[in-house]
Amino acid sequence: MALLSVCDLHVSYGAIKAVRGISFDIDEGEIVTLIGANGAGKSTTLNTVAGLIKPESGSVEFDGESVVGVPAHKVVGRGMALCPEGRRVFTQMTVAENLEMGGYTRSDAENRETLERVYAHFPRLKERRGQVAGTLSGGEQQMLAMGRALMSRPRLLMLDEPSMGLAPILVQEIFEIVKQLNESGTTILLVEQNANMALSVADRAYVLEIGQVKKSGTGAELLVDDDVRKAYLGG
Amino acid sequence: MEEELMAKKRPIISTGGRGGAADGKRRSLPMPARYVINALLVFVVLAVGELMVDGGAITRYQTSVLQQVGVYIIMAVSLNIATGYLGQLPLGHAGFMSVGAYGCAIFIMRLSEALGIGARDIVAGGPMVALLVFAGVVFGGICAAVAGVIIGIPALRLKGDYLAIITLAFAEIIRVVMLNIDDVLGFELTRGAAGLTGIPSYSNFLNVFLAVAIVCFLVHTMMKSRHGRSILAIRDNEIAAEATGVNTTYYKTLAFVVSAFFAGVAGGLYAGCVGVLQPANFGFMQSIEILVMVVLGGMGSMLGSVLSATVLTILPEALRAFSDYRMIAYAVVLILVMIFRPQGLLGSYDFSLSRVIERVMNRDFPWKKDKGADSGASVEEVSADGR
Repeated sequence: MALLSVCDLHVSYGAIKAVRGISFDIDEGEIVTLIGANGAGKSTTLNTVAGLIKPESGSVEFDGESVVGVPAHKVVGRGMALCPEGRRVFTQMTVAENLEMGGYTRSDAENRETLERVYAHFPRLKERRGQVAGTLSGGEQQMLAMGRALMSRPRLLMLDEPSMGLAPILVQEIFEIVKQLNESGTTILLVEQNANMALSVADRAYVLEIGQVKKSGTGAELLVDDDVRKAYLGG
Repeated sequence: MEEELMAKKRPIISTGGRGGAADGKRRSLPMPARYVINALLVFVVLAVGELMVDGGAITRYQTSVLQQVGVYIIMAVSLNIATGYLGQLPLGHAGFMSVGAYGCAIFIMRLSEALGIGARDIVAGGPMVALLVFAGVVFGGICAAVAGVIIGIPALRLKGDYLAIITLAFAEIIRVVMLNIDDVLGFELTRGAAGLTGIPSYSNFLNVFLAVAIVCFLVHTMMKSRHGRSILAIRDNEIAAEATGVNTTYYKTLAFVVSAFFAGVAGGLYAGCVGVLQPANFGFMQSIEILVMVVLGGMGSMLGSVLSATVLTILPEALRAFSDYRMIAYAVVLILVMIFRPQGLLGSYDFSLSRVIERVMNRDFPWKKDKGADSGASVEEVSADGR
């Protein structure tokens, strides 16, 4: 059974329909990516799954239970964590405090243990744990946002545009970490505009266009697909 | 109390070097010792103040100014919860103050009448009176908190300018209700524009001082707790807070209501200081003056609120002759502060006596340049300082 299954999801912002009947599913242990241009509905889909937006219709089931209408702060406890677009770290708190906030739904004892694991994935964060998050570089903030999401020990980690605004070398580093996290057992739902990078790490991918799934397949398949290459990979 | 304050863990603290201690371990005060030190400090200041008031070293006029200072400290500290910690900009704090003031004054007047306690007995004091005043002030706070819930739930759906406008409007509604409720509904509560007179002067140096100490302590404790951290997270980034599991609606409302509650407490004490309440006392300018105190002191700094509330209450009294120019002075000072120190006089810095003592214990003084500062060192300190 799929860990997350989204079926015929419709989301609107007022009169504007952002998502028009998207369906997809993720099995435990996979990396699945949603790619597409600006306005395709990728982030909206992710935010809806995370409970930040209420869908108009459709179902979202996590681990066999519906999470539609469950507020975002309760979704975390169910085992899903969202690393939101644009990083959104707590700028005035230190790195360590940001991570503590990530473990908000967990006990202190659990957090101490998880913290070590997060530091193992992100040694840079350990070096900078006393620093105020607002003074970190973009790449470090992205790592912090991911580390914060991991602090809730999610079964499903949702990453929204982790490569946004980062230098190519950092993008590579971030994607390496995504792969590592997946190998250590976290299922990952990745939303990306950087289709090339996303497809090369993903097991499966869905191509979104104006709120609908246009194509789907394994990462490797889509990477060589003519339409996808033309539209998103520059020929 | 005011000196103890929000050790919000900022770089000021975390990089605060580890100069002296040779063994590499910082000696720190255990939590009970910190409480004892701060309680002692409160007690010493209180005892000295009481002696001076009783001994006549401070005139009655000065005592009444001191009481006003206390009232405005509570007002500023409570508004700071909503502005400095929650990061919203409510412009109707005087509205909550008036609800608390009327609530407390009416409660005490009616109850003392029913219990046969005269105005003189109230001034004379005693355990019964203390209990009555305590109940009245808490009742005032609860009235204001209820108003806070009513206003907070719709208002907190909005942000920034919109929240400012809606709170401003609500405060005006409260003022107009206070003005007209007797005429319209035939009550004999607020006595409208004529003002509620004959309020026994139940506020004195002792109870205002204690209220200030208790409010500062409670706010400090709340902000250092898990609840406080949730509120600070909302200020930093609401979406991220929600995504990490903070119930943002609940905590925004909580912060707003706690802020209103303490404003009501301050209002209750205010009524006991001035003896006469008129709705006109709680207009828009009053809200602005309190906001000025918070902004000037530094949003998010309790010590800042305390200091600027003190200065801005005493200054107009000291410069009685120039009090007409007070508003001009406010404007000029605000403009200057906003240009040269947009984060307020103290920014988000807060003073902690225990921290100073710890520094002395470690022989770690600011003038001693600290060479081996490493960022890693700060973490034990953060967590030791934390909870």
